[in-house]
Amino acid sequence: MGTTAAEQPLVVARGVVKRFGDHAALKGVDLTVHRGEVVVVIGPSGSGKSTLCRTLNRLETVDGGTIEIDGQPLPAEGRELARLRADVGMVFQSFNLFAHKTVLENVTLGPVKVRRQPRAKAEQRARELLDRVGVGSQAEKLPAQLSGGQQQRVAIARALAMDPKVMLFDEPTSALDPEMINEVLDVMTGLAKDGMTMVVVTHEMGFARRAADRVVFMADGEVAEVAEPEAFFTAPSSRRAQDFLSKLLTH
Amino acid sequence: MDPVLENLDLFWGGFVRSLGIVLWAFAGSMVLGTALAVCRVSPVPVLRAVGTGYVAVVRNTPLTVVLFLFAFGIPALQVNASFYVFGVAGLVVYTAAFVCEAIRSGINAVAPGQAEAARAIGLTFGQTLTQVVLPQAVRTVVPPLGNVQIAMVKNSAVVGAFGVGGELFSVATRLTSAQGEPRLPVYLGVAAFFLLITLPAGALLARTEQRLAVAR
Repeated sequence: MGTTAAEQPLVVARGVVKRFGDHAALKGVDLTVHRGEVVVVIGPSGSGKSTLCRTLNRLETVDGGTIEIDGQPLPAEGRELARLRADVGMVFQSFNLFAHKTVLENVTLGPVKVRRQPRAKAEQRARELLDRVGVGSQAEKLPAQLSGGQQQRVAIARALAMDPKVMLFDEPTSALDPEMINEVLDVMTGLAKDGMTMVVVTHEMGFARRAADRVVFMADGEVAEVAEPEAFFTAPSSRRAQDFLSKLLTH
Repeated sequence: MDPVLENLDLFWGGFVRSLGIVLWAFAGSMVLGTALAVCRVSPVPVLRAVGTGYVAVVRNTPLTVVLFLFAFGIPALQVNASFYVFGVAGLVVYTAAFVCEAIRSGINAVAPGQAEAARAIGLTFGQTLTQVVLPQAVRTVVPPLGNVQIAMVKNSAVVGAFGVGGELFSVATRLTSAQGEPRLPVYLGVAAFFLLITLPAGALLARTEQRLAVAR
């Protein structure tokens, strides 16, 4: 017995390469996320941060490098991959709630079909989670009847219902109206405080500063800098991070 | 219209026989066509190739050629069945290619994020299709699928021409050739009985479409 499970990093990406035709979106990216850690990935548009997030549960295949979740290399396809994805929660920019199912059904689908939980148990847990993210009273509605902020909170509940080991957030507030951003960020901050392991791709610098254990700054498909949030925002060491932050501050 | 009215029982028998062909071909082509569409969107390259190849070959072959192959080609391989079975099988095989493409268009019309979210919570390919993608695809698929199936009803007349016997087209041939009845009223009668299938089918389609639209 070498390292115990608790010491072993939960997510390890090494030298991840992703190409879209001639364009290299990721040029050999390394990323390590420990248990209970909140890693916020920021960077300019087109820097590859969303792509990196999507490779971690293989919604995006990779052209090079390795990715391990909880010590297991990502399976290529099929049931093995599905089983692993069940342990990795994902929240999308465009919510992607199942449009033909009610809020409650959205949250229970995974537990019933993947975890084989009895429906009654799954529903009870789903209602608890919906209450926790503040949309308990909307359980019987269809997603289209909810505001963007409400939909995104349902999406978080849907991911939580699988009891994931790690949660991936791919720009979760980028499609929201300004007044709805905070209600989603509040839920995410609460999760972080409860010890959820999180990888968050975002443009919300306030959230990064408040909730992150580490900030990963990406530019041109590479990790340009990794730092603790306070150090990163007050004294970024890389030239590209300095440029990026100075542009944000002019507004 | 005397030739029609005097032979109403014959026409009615032909109508029932034709309806049988149509219902079998509908069921068969829906099952085979859906299976082919699933093949075409599957992550397995071999299945995709099978689906694509099937559509490319069958959709681009004239129906009469497909029916000739079934009615006279397959019996040459010592496989024996009635013309009725071969006729229905030929119609199923031919129509399935179009059903496949109609369903595939519906699958492609479902936002890609829906399938991504399904996969992200750990649903398998089959579960993603049956739980998330197909129920939403059905809504957009009804009108094009209706076109395909109404075309199938009319194509069933061609099946009749291959000697199935007893159905509407054979009734017409018998009346005009063997009994020398005037052609125009007889064929108008056949057309009327086909409308008896296609018009209600069209109405049923419109209602289905309406019901699914409300559920959206």
